[in-house]
Amino acid sequence: MSPPLLVVTKEEGLSNASTLASASSPQSLDCFSQNGGASLKERNYLGLSDCSSVDSSAAPGMSDDKKDNLNLKATELRLGLPGSQSPERGPDIFSLTSTKLDEKPLFPLLPTKDGICSSTQKTIVSGNKRGFADAMDGFPEAKFPGTAAINVMLSPRPAGVQPTAKKEMPSKVLQGQPGAVNGTGGTVGASSPASKAQVVGWPPIRSFRKNSLATTSKNNDEVDGKPSLAALFVKVSMDGAPYLRKVDLQNYTTYQELSSALEKMFSCFILGQCGSHGASGREMMSESKLKDLLHGSEYVLTYEDKDGDWMLVGDVPWEMFIDTCKRLKIMKGSDAIGLAPRAVEKSRSRS
Amino acid sequence: MNYFPDEVIEHIFEYVVSHRDRNALSLVCKSWYRIERCTREKVFIGNCYSITPERLIQRFPALKSLTLKGKPHFADFSLVPHGWGGFVYPWIEALAKGKVGLEELRLKRMVVSDDSLELLSRAFPNFRSLVLVSCEEFTTDGLAAIAANCKSLRELDLQENEVDDHKGQWLSCFPDSCTSLVSLNFACLKGEINVGVLERLVARSPNLKSLRLNRSVPLDALQRILTRAPQLVDLGVGSYVQDPATETFVKLMNTMHKCKSITSLSGFLEVTPRCLTAMYVICPNLTSLNLSYAAGIPGSDLIKLIRHCKKLQRLWIMDSIGDKGLGVVANTCKELQELRVFPSDNIGHHAAVTEKGLVAISMGCPKLHSLLYFCHQMTNAALITVAKNCPNFIRFRLAILDATKPDPDTNQPLDEGFGAIVQSCRRLRRLSLSGQLTDKVFLYIGMYAEQLEMLSIAFAGESDKGMLYVLNGCKKLRKLEIRDCPFGDTALLTDIGKYETMRSLWMSSCEVTVGACKVLAKKMPRLNVEIFNENETADCELEDEQKVEKMYLYRTLAGKRKDAPEYVWTL
Repeated sequence: MSPPLLVVTKEEGLSNASTLASASSPQSLDCFSQNGGASLKERNYLGLSDCSSVDSSAAPGMSDDKKDNLNLKATELRLGLPGSQSPERGPDIFSLTSTKLDEKPLFPLLPTKDGICSSTQKTIVSGNKRGFADAMDGFPEAKFPGTAAINVMLSPRPAGVQPTAKKEMPSKVLQGQPGAVNGTGGTVGASSPASKAQVVGWPPIRSFRKNSLATTSKNNDEVDGKPSLAALFVKVSMDGAPYLRKVDLQNYTTYQELSSALEKMFSCFILGQCGSHGASGREMMSESKLKDLLHGSEYVLTYEDKDGDWMLVGDVPWEMFIDTCKRLKIMKGSDAIGLAPRAVEKSRSRS
Repeated sequence: MNYFPDEVIEHIFEYVVSHRDRNALSLVCKSWYRIERCTREKVFIGNCYSITPERLIQRFPALKSLTLKGKPHFADFSLVPHGWGGFVYPWIEALAKGKVGLEELRLKRMVVSDDSLELLSRAFPNFRSLVLVSCEEFTTDGLAAIAANCKSLRELDLQENEVDDHKGQWLSCFPDSCTSLVSLNFACLKGEINVGVLERLVARSPNLKSLRLNRSVPLDALQRILTRAPQLVDLGVGSYVQDPATETFVKLMNTMHKCKSITSLSGFLEVTPRCLTAMYVICPNLTSLNLSYAAGIPGSDLIKLIRHCKKLQRLWIMDSIGDKGLGVVANTCKELQELRVFPSDNIGHHAAVTEKGLVAISMGCPKLHSLLYFCHQMTNAALITVAKNCPNFIRFRLAILDATKPDPDTNQPLDEGFGAIVQSCRRLRRLSLSGQLTDKVFLYIGMYAEQLEMLSIAFAGESDKGMLYVLNGCKKLRKLEIRDCPFGDTALLTDIGKYETMRSLWMSSCEVTVGACKVLAKKMPRLNVEIFNENETADCELEDEQKVEKMYLYRTLAGKRKDAPEYVWTL
């Protein structure tokens, strides 16, 4: 009889104090793996049954026995590629790299006098440039020469995937932060190295924590103009857009930067709107047309300040603006008519 | 077991508490399934979209305590667009309709509206405990409803939520008759609270064991509160700013002498470091210390404080403590089990932490099993040493601030270092990688990380092989989250049956195409395959060759969800 469908539940601590699951976990989900797809493959630890064309002579894939053997060896606390440990398997498996495995010294986990192990590893992977490392350091073209060699080994991939995609990577990395590259140059103090581009979500710190640090650093006396991990996320809404965006105000140093970032972010909605007016939806808007739309009387950028008042963006100095701005809104020009006088009054009372 | 009457089996089942064990029980036979489901009071749902609330209520009529998680983990880092989902209202509504005797609700990464809190507060007369972690959308108005209407409230625990302050007096909404509070944590609230109201609330809560204050509670109020609540076990200090030469401070020093029960200390959201001396008297009793939000404490003062904390088991701290400070921790905190080191804002490079700090910790703290470490650099040698010194790791999360940085000594990727970790730590359940990494590290993970349940990968790998090593090798894998890695369609589609054995898979900025996702969704009807392409509007056509920006897939018995926003395509 088929097992009843289970609620998928797993034990995991919610709060900061995580509880250790001391009970051994039974295979309660075997029913899922049995039912899951006719194409269930026997899994081997090398995962080479599909991908690699070089393993025909070498071990076909580790059975549990072989794995146990390896585990025994593993308790000797030696590290290296598996081919170098068990003599019965040829070193062919990893010939995708040019270095001979026999020459690779093992990584002995033996204590030395100062407690730090010496590392005598030779280069295993040769010629692989990390395109992502390049991406992080200022976005030259991404390069993936290493993968070209590896691709030969793999079973047929969908065509047309490789070359163009890589070039898009650097820009994707910045997708959520269009103003970042330009922006950081300004906010970073002169002492920092070549501006570390702000990648969305790295380092992986909760946005709550980031925002909290921002508030604290504003209150502390010791603030100096060092590059900041804290962020000032504010919501940006636009009349007619189906969803909100969030921007980190610390990424920008001038109104111009913020404005162009928002233009890019919301351009798709403006395009959509033009499409619905009967013009072909796919017609690409020229950049100047876009700017006209935003700078002209169509839309204005407004913000809600700490007092809850809606103001026109641009009236107060930038530093004061990011101090007081709680959220942004792109309004139709016609809706924003009443704002201008109040903004002027406010800046008078502040100065 | 057929000859045991049901009552006996029920009684035995009472001793079985963990969810996994209970799941196992329910698989043994029909009668055990029936008995188990009728007696289970606590249910954990790791993905709120994996099942409908109605189905849950139908299966577990005795439900009293529910834990729900909503958004995927990477939502913490702004990778999930606003409005994606995770709304709790339908759950509360269903529970209310089903007349469930709900007593506890724990939510993580969910969207909680004030309406939900209002309904929650009115629909469940025995409701006692609300824990919200990393949730959003509610305001102090929702809290007011909880305070006012939950007559037997024992626990209100708000951790790292984005709460709008509506300047109402939510604390005042606790009626005078409310004397049952055991735990109150509002440290994440940004607004002001009425200190007098707080003091009176504490005074009439003799069972109060855990109290975490927000920034608006000043030091003099803290002193008065502690006088009324010397029984506290867990204290979160809000504002700790004072001139040490004042009488108020002296009073506080004296009061601290009476707080012998405090074993957990946190907060210090604003701080005068010289005033930390008042805390020294309770430090020897502390088992948990969280100073990860105390950006105002310089490294030297952190070190002075920690020297007194010999019993510490859990330490959350900022990297302003430096490698040297971590050395002090290693010498002092021999019982340390969990360490988290967060990056701070205003640091010069000399004060940051590197691999040296971690090695020192590993040498001094052999009981360490959970680590989250933000650092500027890491070496293979250090990781290998750490692996040897601390074979008990259950959670190992390393975040190098420069995500693809190689070993600075050898200029090599960190494959060998992480390989040593997975090989040595046989009980490893959670792993987060960073630094320059090739496919090799994934081979090691697939080979050795037999207990691995959650793996987070960013900017790593060279080819589909990497991902395949993991999918093939890690039999217990439940959550896999990948960003900015060159894994594509082959990796995604080679072993699609695997995904039904996992809770979820996240891939963003990888090489996966729309076409592959469609194929996957078609073949696996019990997976929801969601893709988000933010810059597209709903009427845009998705071309098969297009790269997917973000894909989140999860197993579900609930089918396609109806509350997805426009930019989410469920294939």
